Parts: sequence; C-alpha cells; structure tokens
Amino acid sequence: MSVASPNPALALQSKRWNGLRHLLEREGPFCKGDFSPSPDNLEFLQTKCKVLVIGAGGLGCELLKDLALVGFGDLHVIDMDTIELSNLNRQFLFRRSDIGASKAECAARFINGRVPTCRVTPHFKRIQDFDETFYSQFHLIVCGLDSIVARRWINGMLLSMLRYEDGSIDVSSIVPMIDGGTEGFKGNARVILPGFTACIECTLDLFPPQVNYPLCTIANTPRLPEHCIEYVKLIQWDKESPFNSVPLDGDDPQHIGWIYERSLERASEFNITGITYRLVQGVIKHIIPAVASTNAVIAAACALEVFKLATSCYDSMANYLNFNDLDGIYTYTYEAEKSETCLACSNTPQLLPIEDPNTTTLEDVIKLLCESAKYQLKSPALTTVTKEGKQKTLYLGTVKSIEQATRKNLTQSLGELGLEDGQQLTVTDITSPTAITLQLKYQANEVEMI
Amino acid sequence: MSSPAPKLWGEHGQMLLESANICLANVTAVGCETAKGLVLPGIGGFTVADGSTVKEEDLGNNFFLDASYIGKSKALACMQLLQELNPDVNGDYVDESVDYILANRSNFFDNFDLVIASNLNEQTLISLSNRLWESNVPLLYCRSLGMLGTIRLQIKEHCIVEAHPDNRQFDLRLEHPFETLREHLESTEVTSKVPWLLVLYKYLKVWQKQQDGDQKAPKNYKEKLALKELIEKEMKADEENHEEAIKAVNTAFGAGRVSSDLKAIFNDDACEQLNKKSNPFWIMAKALKHFVTEENNGYVPLPGVLPDMTANTESYIALQHVYRQQALHDADQVYHKCQDYLKQLSLPVDSIDERSVRLLCREAAGLAVIRGTRIADEYEKSCRLQPLVEDNELQGTLTAYNFALRAYERFLCECGNIPGECTVEQDIGRLKSIASKMLNDLGMHATISNDVLHEICRFGGAELHAVSAFIGGCAAQEVIKIITKQYKPIDNTFIYNAVTTESVTLKL
Repeated sequence: MSVASPNPALALQSKRWNGLRHLLEREGPFCKGDFSPSPDNLEFLQTKCKVLVIGAGGLGCELLKDLALVGFGDLHVIDMDTIELSNLNRQFLFRRSDIGASKAECAARFINGRVPTCRVTPHFKRIQDFDETFYSQFHLIVCGLDSIVARRWINGMLLSMLRYEDGSIDVSSIVPMIDGGTEGFKGNARVILPGFTACIECTLDLFPPQVNYPLCTIANTPRLPEHCIEYVKLIQWDKESPFNSVPLDGDDPQHIGWIYERSLERASEFNITGITYRLVQGVIKHIIPAVASTNAVIAAACALEVFKLATSCYDSMANYLNFNDLDGIYTYTYEAEKSETCLACSNTPQLLPIEDPNTTTLEDVIKLLCESAKYQLKSPALTTVTKEGKQKTLYLGTVKSIEQATRKNLTQSLGELGLEDGQQLTVTDITSPTAITLQLKYQANEVEMI
Repeated sequence: MSSPAPKLWGEHGQMLLESANICLANVTAVGCETAKGLVLPGIGGFTVADGSTVKEEDLGNNFFLDASYIGKSKALACMQLLQELNPDVNGDYVDESVDYILANRSNFFDNFDLVIASNLNEQTLISLSNRLWESNVPLLYCRSLGMLGTIRLQIKEHCIVEAHPDNRQFDLRLEHPFETLREHLESTEVTSKVPWLLVLYKYLKVWQKQQDGDQKAPKNYKEKLALKELIEKEMKADEENHEEAIKAVNTAFGAGRVSSDLKAIFNDDACEQLNKKSNPFWIMAKALKHFVTEENNGYVPLPGVLPDMTANTESYIALQHVYRQQALHDADQVYHKCQDYLKQLSLPVDSIDERSVRLLCREAAGLAVIRGTRIADEYEKSCRLQPLVEDNELQGTLTAYNFALRAYERFLCECGNIPGECTVEQDIGRLKSIASKMLNDLGMHATISNDVLHEICRFGGAELHAVSAFIGGCAAQEVIKIITKQYKPIDNTFIYNAVTTESVTLKL
C-alpha cells in the first residue's frame, strides 16, 4: 500500500544525503541503545516510512519542509482550508496567485517541486472524513493544528485504534502522535505514545476554557473597545442586517469596515477609546497572532521527534516542550503525566460524581461536561441503556427533531429520569470520534453510609 | 501585506523592520532559515554574501537552493529563492566570500543594520566580529552542526523601551494616590457598580487606621488577609466588584518604584554625561531620572493603564480618565525636560517627539539596556567562561558543547578538513588536543569528555535541516527584537542540544 518516492534508487545514491548519512550510518555515544547504524535507515525514511502531517498552515508548511529535508520520502497532508491573503506572511509555501486554492494541494505541489526526493500526497478534506483504515496506514502522525477540538478528535482516533490483549496494549497498534502548537512568541511540542504516555485529554487543563465577555457587559456596561466590537458583531449585525442580510464574513473587508464604523459610534457614545481597524479584525476573526519564527521553531522540534522515532537514532523527548522567546529564549522540557482517570486513554469507564440525583438536572450534567476543565465538551449527546435493556436517548442537540423530542429531559432531575447510581451514560461529542462512557456515582449514598 | 504580526510589535516596530537592511554572510541552511523568518514579516532588504557555487550535497538540507542552480552562484540562488517569499522585500547578492570581502573591501559590512553569519572557521569569525564591533554593527552568529545549535549575539549597546513583560503589574498608586486620584476616590460613593479600585481604596483607609505605625499598604500574607477580611465582612451578596477587590489585594500594591535595572540606567555614564552624539534613549532617560528624583518623590511616571474591572461604563471611564490625564501630565514634564537637554546640547528640539517620550514614560518600570561583549574576548584569559564553569567542571553541560564547537572551528583552520568528514577515530584525538590547548590557554584545567568530541566528529560536518530550522527560527526573532528595539534579546549565547531537547543561555 506504500507509495514509493519518485526514484528511490537515484535518491539513495544522491550526494544530497552525504551529511544525513553520517548521522544514520555511524554509531555514537549518545545514540539510543537499539540504534543500528546502517544505510537501511535512510532507505527506510526514503521508501518505507509513511508520515501524516495534519494541517498545512503555519506549522504544517514548516513540518513538510523539515521532514522532506531530513530524508522522509512519503508524506501525506490533510487540510480542509483554502489560502487567504493573511496567511502569506508565514505560510511560506503559498504565493499571491495561490489565494483561494487548497492549502494541502499547494503545499504538496511546492514541496514535490523543490525536494524531488519527497512525494507529498495532499488531502483537501476534513480529518473527520477519514476513518481508522486511513489513519492506521501511517507510521507516525504529526499535528500542526490551531484547533483544540481537531487535536482531541485525532487523539481519540489514535486511542480507538489501540488493540488490547489480556488488558495490555498490542504495541503494533500504536501510532505515535507528535503535536505542536503556537501562540505569539510561545509554543509547545509534545510526543504522545497513545495508551502509554499522557494524551491530549490527560492534560486538557493545559488549554484554559475560552474567555467570553458576559453578554450583560457587552449590552449594558461596555468598558473596553472589545466590548463595543462584540456588541456590533453579536447584536447590531443581526438587528440591522446589512449587505442584504448575509451572515458576517470576517474575510470580507466591507463587513469589517461596517463593524469598524459601528463600533466607533458605539465607543464614542460611551467615551471609550482605542477602536482600530486591526483590533476589529482581531476580535471578529479571533486571530491568534501567529509569527513565522515561532512556527519554525515548534515545527522543527516536532520534526526532530519524528526523525528520532522513525530512525531510533536517539531517545525521544519525554515528553512535553515549552518554548517562549519574549525575554531571551527559554525552553523547558518535562514529562507530562498520564492521568489514571483520563476519559480517553484509561480504557475503563470513569465515574461521574453527582451530589444529589434529585436536585441535579440533566441540564446541570451537560453544563458540567461543557464547563469543567476536565471535560470541556462542546455539544455532548447522552444516551443510556435502561434496566429493560433498551437504548434511550437522554439528549441530543444536533438533530432538530431529536432535540425537540428530548428537550423536556433537560429540566428533569436524574432521579426523575430513572437514572440510578452506577448506571452508565454514553456520551458523544465533536471532540472525539468515539463515544465515552461515564458511570454515575451518587454521593448521597456515601453520606448516608457515614 | 495584511499581517497580524504588527499586533506583537506594533506599527512603529513594523516600520523599523521595513526600513532595515541586513546581510546574510555565508549561505548555510541555518542562515537561510534565519533570513526566511525575516523576509516573511517584511524586512526592508537583505544582501547575501557567499563566494561558492551550488553543489549537489548542498541540496540535502537547504530549502532555498535547488537542482537548477547547480554550478551557479550560491549567493544568487538563495537570494532569488528567498525573495520569492515576499515581493515587497529587496534582495541583493555578492558572490564573494566573507574572507575576500574582509581582505579587499571591509567597509562593505558597515552600512548594514545587522549581519547574520553562520558556520565560519575561527579565523574568519574573529576577523568578522572584530570588524563589526569596530563599526558598531550588531552580529548574530549561528552554528548548526548535527544535533547541536548555538546563537551568539554580539552587540555593543542595546536599549529597550518596550520589553513586553509577560506578567505586567498594573501601577495603580492606591497607597500613594496622586492629588486628582485622591479627590476622585474620596468624592465618589462606593456602590456595587463602581470599579473594585474604589472598593479597595475605601477599605485600605480603614486598614491603615488600624495600624500602629504609618504603614500605607499590607506587605505580608497576614496583613493582606486582614484587609481581605475587612472587605469580606462588609460585602453583600453578589457584589462582584467587592469580590474583585479581594482578589486584587495580592497584586494591587507596590508598583511605581524604581527597579534595580532602572537604577542602573540612571547611574550609567551614558545617562550622566550627555553629549551631542547621545542616543535619544539616553537623553530621555536623563529627563526621566530628573522627573523621578526631583519632581515625583521617587516614583516613575504614571503609566495610566487600567485593568478591566466590572463596573458601569460611566464610573469606569471616569476613573480611566483620571489615570490617563495624570499619565499625560507626567509625560509632559519629562518631555519638557528633554527639550531643555536638547537645547543645552544645541540639538534640534524636534529630534525627540512627544510620542516617544509618552511611550518611554509608560514603559519606565521595564526599561532595559544590554551591553554586550566582543566574540574575540572569549579567546582571552580574562573571558567570562571561567567564572561560569564551577570547579572547572565542564562535563555533561551544554557549556561543554559550546566550547567543543569553538574547538571545531579552530580545527577547520589548523587541519584544513572537517572533523569526522572522512575518519572519526583519528579526528577525535586531534580535536581533543585542540580543545585541551584552548582550555589551557584560558588558564582552565577543565577537560571536555571524549563522548562530546566523539559526537561532534560523528556528525562529520553535517548540518541537519531540522536543527537549522529550530536555530533559524530563534535567530530570526532575535533579529526582529534588535531591529524593533522591543522584547529582550538573548544576552548573549544560546546553546541547544536536540538530542535531549535542552537549552541554556550563557553570558560570555
């Protein structure tokens, strides 16, 4: 099933790899114990090792370049986005003439042209468009994503691919995941061996839930320029329906211009200063300021870990790198710990503690699943199996007819819904490709026992 | 080009970047990756200097060369492929080596805002760094070898106004309110709708009365707890501003004083003794010093920046107005003092504008000056390496790798080949004797382990692209910091080991 690089024999003899060969064909005092120096290592990278890069944005462009130039010959890249003008200052594989085209396809074409020893296969798709059979063909997966949900989904996919034998993991079912993220001058890179080391869900509290301004502040007591912009975006746009009632498009300069003008008016009404066009753009598009240099550093750190894992030349990083260069250059590597109670990788149903089933409503449970740092779900759907062995949908918000039918359950207590201590809830959410199981644990019982 | 980057260094930083001209001396992967990180955000111009031609082995690790350039000028090739990234940037090249330029037209480098060099031999490195030190052009020297990378910044003096600290403390002056603030605080009724600052002030007054002495603000945990309890006792249900006031007790006090860094700037000769050639930074610093010591009881100018606080619009904006007015007033005083100094020095009064002074006043608490050292000084007996190496112990540290890379550069000059290029074993011994001699010459009795030297020879001169990309990304950001005069650059040597994913910064 593996696709050979254009001309492997030629590529392997090429003088271009003289330097890389020293690293792969000589032994050294710091090499990993089971490293065997040999020309086979380069041959493996060039012809056999298959790596998937997820995302062809700021990190993805760097990753493809870095991997191609450390000897990888068979790369795949997935990205559902098209190229915008604002990408060009860091997504260096794209030019003005590429605006509107697929990121994955453009990036692949550029790398294939510049580095003839590498074949990149593009997928202009969403990660959710592929299943286990696709993901399991890769030796390694690297993520350069700006979305936490997508990271969690891939993490869940790789965990679902694990095969257990007598409770222990069949190591051949492991596909390591290397994940990078950046924000301004800060970034991180991590190595995840699914089932063995901390996964994305184990350390979910590293991503703080997004701060939203309270609606009453925006509507009644604005103080910051951001409050005024949010007001225009959330309230005035729908009320005044400009541009023939089209939905707000953050990439349309006319729309941003409209918001800018209205925000200025609102700000001056409240004597608030500091509205700029750029601020409006930032608030509307939720721009996380990205800089080319941080992307370069973090992608390089990820590529080095892919290289180490693929060649066994050095031990991989254990397992989390923090980087920032606001004040000098600072790096810190530490071992993020695997959580024994992780919903995703513990391989056992986790307990959901409920104080009192008679006062806790289903809505309270859903709110907890969304707001607690441990879960951070987006729009969970809940089902359970009744005593009679019937599948029962408690709530599902994404399909209109089912939402209407199950809405009444939201205000009922767990007791009223007939849910008992120890009963299992099956939860599905966009953050994971597979369902998670939670077991209700009523605290009231313990109180009585004391 | 529409770009979110100016959010991080502002339009004024972007303007400095767009008018900067840099030189890339010696074409390597790490050099090109650094240049890429500058061409993308829109540096004004870059000139590539390299005397060699493109060979097949260069293609393996450098993204800015391709097969169509084989046999052609390397400087031309990488200039063209880098310029492709951003049509707004001016690219230029000279197909001459650093050695040739230094020998025949050494003033070539004098007009650049900064020179990036990489992977040189010892002789060329020392000549280039001496030349640039004399002409006061900053040099960023990068190394990338196998799994190792370093960055050395050589700069005489670097003054930073906007350091952009990660956790900025708000300077509120509650314990020493300026006149208009005191009036505002004392004439405003504390309700559940006003910003927490007014709540905190009210209870701070109560707390102050309870103290025996003349203490203005709680210092330790116990005192802070007492103040928190005072607020909590009087708080009614869901008074958000009272809750915020309790939280603010820990961080609201103590700002506005002169830090040790700022004190050092005030006492610096450059600040004490202004002359016609003084950098505007030092003229402003002296005016700032005058304001702090003579006019403001030892407090820096008020930054005038408030955090967001739950409150109704009117009371928040009114409070913000009080702070902003005072900040403008303070900055005005400093500006007038600047004008006095400019007149005394017979310099045009418009050589320092109000905007710059306001910015300097807002950032006064975080001003920083870096005074660098010459690379050549690292080879002198009085070098800073000695005190850094405790008990002459170099084993197992990143410092050892940095030193070994210097020995590698001497090896290139003395032996005429690359360590480990053909044979590893033999070169380990030769590299070891060079390293030992270098340490000896510095009066140090430390040794470098065979393992470190073996590892360096094992690389055989290979530049691994991903290590170059890591170092190049870091180096590009350091250049942006120096050109925009924002954020603190390294002082002065960054060492990275990709085997262990460790790094350290040394002041050499």
